[in-house]
Amino acid sequence: MILLHLTPIVFAISALAGFLGALTGLGGGVVVTPALTLLLGVDLRYAIGASLVSVIATSSGAAAAFVREGYSNLRIGMFLEVATTLGALLGAYLSARIPTAALAVIFGIALLHAAWQSLREHAGGSVAETADPLTAKLKLYGSYPAEHGPETYRATHVKAGFGLMFGAGTLSGLLGIGSGALKVIAMDQVMRIPFKVSTTTSNFMIGVTAAASAGIYLKRGYIDPALAMPVMLGVLAGSVIGARVLMGAATKVLRWIFAAVVAVMAIEMIYSGFAK
Amino acid sequence: MTDERFERWIAMLLRAGVLTAAIVVLAGGVGHLAKFGHTTPSYHPFHGEPHQYTSAKAIVAGAIRMDWLAVIQLGLLVLIATPVARVALSIAAFTLERDWIYVSITAAVLAILLYSLL
Repeated sequence: MILLHLTPIVFAISALAGFLGALTGLGGGVVVTPALTLLLGVDLRYAIGASLVSVIATSSGAAAAFVREGYSNLRIGMFLEVATTLGALLGAYLSARIPTAALAVIFGIALLHAAWQSLREHAGGSVAETADPLTAKLKLYGSYPAEHGPETYRATHVKAGFGLMFGAGTLSGLLGIGSGALKVIAMDQVMRIPFKVSTTTSNFMIGVTAAASAGIYLKRGYIDPALAMPVMLGVLAGSVIGARVLMGAATKVLRWIFAAVVAVMAIEMIYSGFAK
Repeated sequence: MTDERFERWIAMLLRAGVLTAAIVVLAGGVGHLAKFGHTTPSYHPFHGEPHQYTSAKAIVAGAIRMDWLAVIQLGLLVLIATPVARVALSIAAFTLERDWIYVSITAAVLAILLYSLL
């Protein structure tokens, strides 16, 4: 296919991925990679390189809005970024040493997990039990605008959260995804930070994590300009529109459909890995 | 808590970075499509990009020569630099607050980012 035909197709796929990714909170990058490899036969490494830059674009674009709304916690985010960026370096290092087939299988599993995670109903009102001495030392607390005025919170299980963040960073560097699902688990379920703060802080961290591995991917020649161009612009356009669409009742149905599509792609990725 | 003014700056920086990157990438893309739209790209098997699109120095040199693919890469470099600039700005914010623990934590993150980029 000539470039003049391929580029609009890649743009359309990326825009759709970005739109649905923003609506469901899954992120566009995680969907664009399997779509490019399964639908268009792009090598996994080119797809990973292209999706990684789109992850930085959507994260930075969305974070700009969240920072102003006062949900994301700069200190918690920055502290945990030590773990995610170190993990991202390890992931990017490993990605050159792991065969593509194995990478496809790992990607499929991460995709399945993200789909499952996006469907889970969130139980609100997490309670901090034991005080973690690191919380006071590192000022891992804050308040956020809740329905009935500002609400305060304190992080717990700091070491476990930090460790899980290292894992999320490794996965991000290995697969070129934002690994937002895992970041939210680390903050919301392990560190007991309110869900809204966790998701927005995670979004703020995704761009920094992705930047750590993007430099390595660029140097290694994984980022093809002619392919990354429509992917980055498409995912960005789609997610900007997606973020503006109100989260109505229809999104619940959409969420299920999208999770099903992602699950099918995940299984195909795993299958393609084993078939090689 | 961090100064509200700083949060506004950070938000502005992020927006400006993404917007600049998108415009540069788009310009490079249009230029490349106009010139090479009828060529057939190959994304399988993987062969890796040539040196002129993988090093920051070569990318800048190429973009000045109006090599459109280098222009796209330049836009992507701006995009990658955006979160890095945000971390650097956060160091300034924590310094003004005299929060030395977070100045060092943020400096560590910046060092890791620069290590991966350079």
